[in-house]
Amino acid sequence: MNEIPLTHILFLSTALFFIGMYGLFTRRNLITMLMSIELMLNSVNINFVAFNKYLFPDKLDGLFFSLFIITIAAAEAAVAIAIIINLYRSHQSIDVDDATEMKF
Amino acid sequence: MSNYLYILWIPLLPLATFVVLGLFGRKYFAKTAGIISTASLLTSTLLSFVAAKQYFFVDGKVNGIYQKIIALKYTWLQFSPNVSIDMGVIVDPISVMMLIVVTSVSLMVHVFSLGYMKGEERFATYYAFLSLFTFSMLGLILSVNIFQVYMFWELVGVSSFLLIGYYFNKPSAVAASKKAFIVTRFADLGFLIGIMIIGFYGGTLDIGVLIQKLTSAQSPEFLSMTSASFLGASMLTWGLTLIFMGGAGKSAMFPLHIWLPDAMEGPTPVSALIHAATMVVAGVYLVARLFPIFSMDEAALIIVTYVGAFSALLAAIIACTQTDIKRVLAYSTMSQIGYMMFALGISKNGGEAGLGFMASMFHLFTHAFFKSLLFLGAGSVIHMVHSNEMKDMGGLRKLMPITHIAFLIACLAIAGIPPFAGFFSKEEILTAAFHENKLIYGVALFTAALTSFYMFRLYFNIFWSKEAPAKAHSASHDHAHDDAHNHGEGTWTMKLPLLILAACAVGVGFIPFSQFITSDGAALETHINMVFSIAPVALSIIAILLSASFYKNHNTKSDKAVAFFGGFYRAAYKKFYVDELYLFITKKIVFPLIGQPIAWADRNIVDGFMLLLANTTAKISSAIKGLQSGKVQNYALFFFGGVLALSVLFIYIWK
Repeated sequence: MNEIPLTHILFLSTALFFIGMYGLFTRRNLITMLMSIELMLNSVNINFVAFNKYLFPDKLDGLFFSLFIITIAAAEAAVAIAIIINLYRSHQSIDVDDATEMKF
Repeated sequence: MSNYLYILWIPLLPLATFVVLGLFGRKYFAKTAGIISTASLLTSTLLSFVAAKQYFFVDGKVNGIYQKIIALKYTWLQFSPNVSIDMGVIVDPISVMMLIVVTSVSLMVHVFSLGYMKGEERFATYYAFLSLFTFSMLGLILSVNIFQVYMFWELVGVSSFLLIGYYFNKPSAVAASKKAFIVTRFADLGFLIGIMIIGFYGGTLDIGVLIQKLTSAQSPEFLSMTSASFLGASMLTWGLTLIFMGGAGKSAMFPLHIWLPDAMEGPTPVSALIHAATMVVAGVYLVARLFPIFSMDEAALIIVTYVGAFSALLAAIIACTQTDIKRVLAYSTMSQIGYMMFALGISKNGGEAGLGFMASMFHLFTHAFFKSLLFLGAGSVIHMVHSNEMKDMGGLRKLMPITHIAFLIACLAIAGIPPFAGFFSKEEILTAAFHENKLIYGVALFTAALTSFYMFRLYFNIFWSKEAPAKAHSASHDHAHDDAHNHGEGTWTMKLPLLILAACAVGVGFIPFSQFITSDGAALETHINMVFSIAPVALSIIAILLSASFYKNHNTKSDKAVAFFGGFYRAAYKKFYVDELYLFITKKIVFPLIGQPIAWADRNIVDGFMLLLANTTAKISSAIKGLQSGKVQNYALFFFGGVLALSVLFIYIWK
């Protein structure tokens, strides 16, 4: 069976990363921005797994990293959603443009 | 060795009174402050007497020598294994004697003030300050460490400042308190440097250890200190002289005496306590405390001797010309302290030659009683006539019989007429001076005659001179009695201390002082030599008679004498222009040549540099504050941009 080359996977993860970045910069809805961040995190995961598989098949470090990232992403999502809820309570909105008090 | 720990309560009780009255006095104890404070001090006084009895008669003496007992020592700040600042309680003959002096004079003043300060708005504050002063003075006396001395020394200075400036709405009192504080502070600078020199070479700050190290001529500390020299004098001389400078500042020795006469702006009982009986002898006490070290250095002792003798003479001459009765007393105090100083200066450590030390302490002891009596008597008079000026007084002997008798006793005591207290102590000083230094003896004798003259000038001017006046009320008065009432001599609280102190002024001279307090602790045999006493007593009596002929009845003889002395009289009346000299030095030399350039440098260079820093920061921050837009996505964009730039940097440039 023909193996999928590494470049394909890297292409996928790069595409995913920049999609996430685009979403983060263009969306004004906090939930969407959070989802974009998840996308970026997952593209990194893919990188880790791919490099682990292709470069060091006898080691598991990359897998462990991605497991860690998944865990932390979950925690981060919890925190972020908590922040969003509080923001909604105080501003009646989850639009980032409505929360610009923290300026000079 | 028995337990002297209870001595700790003697200073702590006034401290507690100060804290309570200082914090809550005006609100809760506005009327009762005097009683509380007096009661607490009475306890301290009784404890002092108990301590004195125990020390002098029960267990202070070992093999005929009074021991130095360290009753308590608590290491407060340890700098190195040898150098530390300790807090402690020392019990030795001079500290126990000073305990008696300070507590009993302070008690008398407390009682006297009950009447004198009655109705003052800041009655409680007054008593709080008095308690603070008593606490500091007692702490100073009991110090085991020279730095502890220094701390209490400053506390004493502060409480003196507070009490001189008690009438803070009177500009002259404010100026006087500032002057006292600045002059003594300047002297204390010398004291501090002296402590550092002594501590550096002696390797310790503990007085006992210092004395032990610096009194043996072979010890390495002594050798290093005498061999190191600076500007032609050994470091030992420098250290001791600078310490003496501190003492001279507090004890109002020439040329640092200028604050004492002005300090009379304070309430009169305060003058009695601080500026006559206790604080001003702190300098004498300091020299006495370090006397074994002083006695190792000839030069320092010579300085002490001549400064003391010169101050005694100068002050006595000025006192003859002043017309403010409190100022006369102030100069007389300075003169008597001069006596104590030169008595120390001519003394040697130990044995027969230590007569001067013993005489000095004896004079300190008797002087405390008769001088506080004089001041309280003057307080009574001022209370009566509401003026400090002699011309407002006269013929008061009928109106104030008790004050009159007490004042007369005190005058006789200070004039050295037997059998009053001053006679004995002054006689010892004169004897010591006669044996050691004839010049000093001559000065002392002349000063003694002057003393009798000016004291009786004061006495006759207050109590005789004119016939009993119709109530004299002058505008310049010392306290806040607004109604010009015809009170008599004052309440019994004002008379009682006068009577007690008068009894002391008669009686304390008979204490066989040399049995108890000598430079080495061993009893010293002294004998009053009748033949020797003839000269000073005869001179004093002549001076008194002269004074009586001048001032007893109003006549023109004194004016003739003034005319005779002419310019000299005017110079003495102007206090020999020492104040003017100080003003000239400060205003014309120190301020324009040193103060103003430094002020300019401070304003322009130091401040300028700081302002430059602040302005630059402010400009930069206002230029870039727009970056803080508050938009999350902007921040993220900068973040990514930064990461990108760093990546480029690391990958392509810093390979």
